[in-house]
Amino acid sequence: MTIWLVMLVGGLITFGIRFSLIYAFGRLHIPETMRKALHYVPPAALSAIVFPELFIRSGSFEISLDNHRLLAGLFAVIVAGVSRNTLVTILAGMVALFVLQVVLR
Amino acid sequence: MNEQRKYFWEGIRAEIPLLIGVFPFGMIYGALALDAGLSAAAAQMMSSMVFAGSAQFITAQLAKDSTPGFVIVLTIAVVNLRHMLYSASLAPYLASVSTRWKMLVSYLLTDEAYAPSINHYENEGIKPFSHWFLFGAGAALWINWQISTALGIFLGAAIPDSWSLDFALPLTFIAMVVPVLKNRPAVTAALSAGCVALAAYSLPYKLGLIVAALVGIAVGTFLEKRMKSTSDEKLPIQANLRNSVDE
Repeated sequence: MTIWLVMLVGGLITFGIRFSLIYAFGRLHIPETMRKALHYVPPAALSAIVFPELFIRSGSFEISLDNHRLLAGLFAVIVAGVSRNTLVTILAGMVALFVLQVVLR
Repeated sequence: MNEQRKYFWEGIRAEIPLLIGVFPFGMIYGALALDAGLSAAAAQMMSSMVFAGSAQFITAQLAKDSTPGFVIVLTIAVVNLRHMLYSASLAPYLASVSTRWKMLVSYLLTDEAYAPSINHYENEGIKPFSHWFLFGAGAALWINWQISTALGIFLGAAIPDSWSLDFALPLTFIAMVVPVLKNRPAVTAALSAGCVALAAYSLPYKLGLIVAALVGIAVGTFLEKRMKSTSDEKLPIQANLRNSVDE
């Protein structure tokens, strides 16, 4: 599948989700359990993407001081918890990675 | 006509503070999409075809990791499922407008258009032309998103590889996920999804990602149900994350 097809289908699905209940108002209800479950989509989906990005380097699991992305990522988690600011978090993580790559090289 | 214009401008005005926050994101998205290997045209078009910030960041990341298309599409669907809640909550206020209007405002229904609009509707109730408010807020965000994407693509092309710009993607996700870790079910959902993603990393077609997300969602939902009867105790996020590193 090319990126264009992915974007087209992904866009249609996104539109469909947004349109679904506005269109079907009064005819369709979200069950209580699903309503609850939807709240856990962001933490679950985003963590599922982030963990491998940090812990897996060139195809294998790596916990060590040589894994700069893991260290910089953990630092970013702390900064995110304290600052609650997205741009500050991104900047802190990028600077941390830069420093690690220069200092611990 | 006057009423329509009034609500339209009110929507735009309510959206302005959010535009300031969103603009840098559009730029980061544009630069990262290019860095992930998308063409400038594809990176720009995604901002109108999908028009959903986090899904676009994720698509760029997955495309970079050469994830199969159907897994990317599935992930977009899972990540954007939360918009169903917005759709449900705005539905009563849009019940009387034409299907064409419903389609237009649905296309524009993002996190940032939803927030000021639901506020407006809850305060003002249903008025004949109040869908123009959501239209104004959504349209302002749409234009802002297209321009910031273009600027990001333009500037991103000038950023050298040695800056490890691709690392900004996981950092963006970290910045999005940490603030929602407000209670034990959310933290456990995040940790279990992360650990399953690691354990299932070698599954074909990167399906581990979908499996991990579904496990996380199930664990969070189950814990919330179970905790209903017990106390609403909160755990410090950092202590939890440290445990996960030790495992």
